[in-house]
Amino acid sequence: MKLMTRMAVAGIAAVFTLAAAAADISGAGATFPYPIYAKWADAYKKASGVGLNYQSIGSGGGIKQIKAKTVTFGASDMPLKPEDLKAAGLLQFPMIIGGVVPVVNVKGIAAGAMQLDGATLAAIYLGDITQWNDPAIKKLNPKLALPATPIAPVYRSDGSGTNFLFSDYLSKESAKFKSNIGANTSVQWPSGIGAKGNEGVANMTAQTDGAIGYVEYAYAKQNKMAYVMLVNKAGKAVAPSAESFQAAAANADWAHADGYYLILTDQAGAKSWPITGASFILMYHQPEDAAAAGEALKFFSWAYANGAGMANELDYVPLPASLIAQVKKTWSTEISAGGKPVWSGK
Amino acid sequence: MAIIDARHAARQLVYERVFRGATLAAAVLVLLILGGVALSLVKGAWPAVSHFGPKFVTTEAWNPVTDEYGALGPIYGTLVTSTIAMLIAVPTAFGIALFLTQLCPAVLKRPIGVAVELLAAVPSIIFGIWGLFVLAPILQRHVQPWLIAHAAPIPVLHALFKGPPYGIGVLTAGLVLAIMVLPFIAATMRDVFETVPAMLKESGYGLGATTWEVMWHVVVPHSRVGIVGGVMLGLGRALGETMAVTFVIGNAHRISASLLAPGTTISSAIANEFTEAVGDLYTSSLIALGLLLFLITFTVIALAQLMLRRLSRSAGAAT
Repeated sequence: MKLMTRMAVAGIAAVFTLAAAAADISGAGATFPYPIYAKWADAYKKASGVGLNYQSIGSGGGIKQIKAKTVTFGASDMPLKPEDLKAAGLLQFPMIIGGVVPVVNVKGIAAGAMQLDGATLAAIYLGDITQWNDPAIKKLNPKLALPATPIAPVYRSDGSGTNFLFSDYLSKESAKFKSNIGANTSVQWPSGIGAKGNEGVANMTAQTDGAIGYVEYAYAKQNKMAYVMLVNKAGKAVAPSAESFQAAAANADWAHADGYYLILTDQAGAKSWPITGASFILMYHQPEDAAAAGEALKFFSWAYANGAGMANELDYVPLPASLIAQVKKTWSTEISAGGKPVWSGK
Repeated sequence: MAIIDARHAARQLVYERVFRGATLAAAVLVLLILGGVALSLVKGAWPAVSHFGPKFVTTEAWNPVTDEYGALGPIYGTLVTSTIAMLIAVPTAFGIALFLTQLCPAVLKRPIGVAVELLAAVPSIIFGIWGLFVLAPILQRHVQPWLIAHAAPIPVLHALFKGPPYGIGVLTAGLVLAIMVLPFIAATMRDVFETVPAMLKESGYGLGATTWEVMWHVVVPHSRVGIVGGVMLGLGRALGETMAVTFVIGNAHRISASLLAPGTTISSAIANEFTEAVGDLYTSSLIALGLLLFLITFTVIALAQLMLRRLSRSAGAAT
C-alpha cells in the first residue's frame, strides 16, 4: 500500500515537472509561414527543451486569438495598420519573407521564357486582355511565338496572404485594378476561375490550356512550374529567387515604417522581385504573462540567428541582418511588463 | 412472497421513471442543440443583417475590400447545384431501388446492394479530389466542348452551355453532388420498397398488371412517405455539402446563366473565406450565410412535410 502511494506521489510529481518544463510557447495565425515555424519549433525544442504550439488557423483567426489573449503571439500575412495596432495595444514585426510567382500554361512557353509587367498582369486579371497574342503581351515578348489561345485566369478562392500580396501588387501597378478590385486576402475577381489553395491553383493551371495562375514561390519551384519573369519598378525583368526576394526586403524603407506597416510589393531596386511579402508576428506592448512573452521572444531571436538555413531549405527567405537588428531594438524598447523590458537582449 | 413482489414492483417503477427521464432528456437535448445553433447563428449574423437589411439576399456583390456583401451568388449556386444533383440522382436511385427489390436476380442483389452502401461511406473529400483530378479533365476535354458545340443553335440550351470549357463549374459540382447523394436516396428507397407486402404485389399481378403497372400503382403509392424521406435526406446533403463542391465549382461570387461557368455555394464560400476573414462585418456576413443555409434547409423540410400531408389527404380522398 505504502509503495503504491509513494509511486502515485512520484508519478504526480513527475507529471508536474513535465508540465513545468514543457510550458510551450503558444501562437496562432497565418498558414503561409506554418511549415517554417513548425520546422524551427522542432529544432528549437531539441536545442532548448521549449516547444511551440502554433495553430495555423489563418491570419484572421490569429488576429482574433491574440486580441482575445488566448495565445502569446498572433501571426498575420497582412500587416495591421498602425492605428489598429495602437487601438489594441499590439505591436508587430516581420518574421519571414516569401514571394508569389505567376505561372502559366501556354503551349511552347517554358519556365522563365515569358516576361510580364504589373499593368499587363492586372489587365489579364481584370479581363481586359483575353488572348495570349494580345499586342501588350507581344510587346513585352517580341521573340516569343504567342498562340491565339484565350487566357484563363486562375485565382486563389480561399482567403490567403498570397491573394493579399498579388492583389496589392496589381493595385499598385494599375489604377483601374485599385479602384475596381483593391487589395485584400480575398477580393472580388471579375473573371476567371477560383481554385482552393496553392495545389488547387497549380492543378487548375496545369490542366487548362492557356491558363495563368499565381502560387507561393516554394510551390512553383518544387513543382517546376512555368513561372513568368516580371518587370519590376526599376524596369528590369527579374526571375523569382531567394536573392530577388531578399533584394526587395533590403531595399524597403523599414526604418521609417510606423509599426513595421510595410508591404514589400513593388519595391525599388534593379534586382527586387515585385511580389514579395513578409509574414508578421503580433504581440502585446504590455503582455499579461511576461514570462511567456519572454520565452516567445527568445524563440524568435533563436530563429533569426539559427533559422536561415532551414528557411532556405523550405524556399522561404530570412530577414536581412539590418532588419533583424531593428526588430530586436523594438523588442527591448516597446515590450515591457511592470516598467521592465521583457526582452533581456540575449 | 408478496413483500418480494412489492419490492420488485417498486424497483421496476424506479427503472421506468429513470428510463422515461433519460429518453425525455435525449429528446430535449436535440431541441436545445437546435435552439442553441439557431440562436448563435442569429447572434453572429446580426451585425451583417442589421447593416445590410434585405439587400443582403438580393445583391450579388461580394467584395471584402469595400466591405460590401450580398448573398445572392451563393444562394443561387446552392440551389442550382442541388437541383442538378436531384434531377440526376432521384431517377437513377429510383431505378436502382426498383431493380434491386423487384427485378434483380438473387445473385446480383448482394453485390449491388453492398456497392450502394459502400458508395455512401466514401468521404466527401475523396469525391472532391476525384472530381477535380479525374472528372473535370474528362468534362473539359470531351464532354463540355461537345455540349457547347451542339447547344449553340438551340435558344435556351445555348445560354445554359456556353463559355470556355474550364472543366470545373456549376455543372461539374452538380454531377459530383449527384453521385454523392445517390447512395443515400437509393438505399432509403430500397428499404421502403422492401416493406411493401408481397400480397399486394401478387394481387396486382393476379389482376393481370404488368411489372411497370404494379410498381407505379402499387409499390410507389405504398412507400410514398419513405421515398420523400429519402429524397429529402439526399437534398439535405446536397445543400450542405462543402468540401467536394469547393474543389470543383470554381468559387466565383458571380451568377452566370451558363452552367459551365464557375459559381459558389453557401457552404463552400464559408469554407473558403472564414479562416482569413479579417473584420467584424466580413465574419458576420459569413455567419449570415450559414444562417441562410439553415433557413433554406428548414424550408425544404417544411415543404416536404406539407407535400406529404397533401399527398396522404388526396390518397385518402381517392379510396
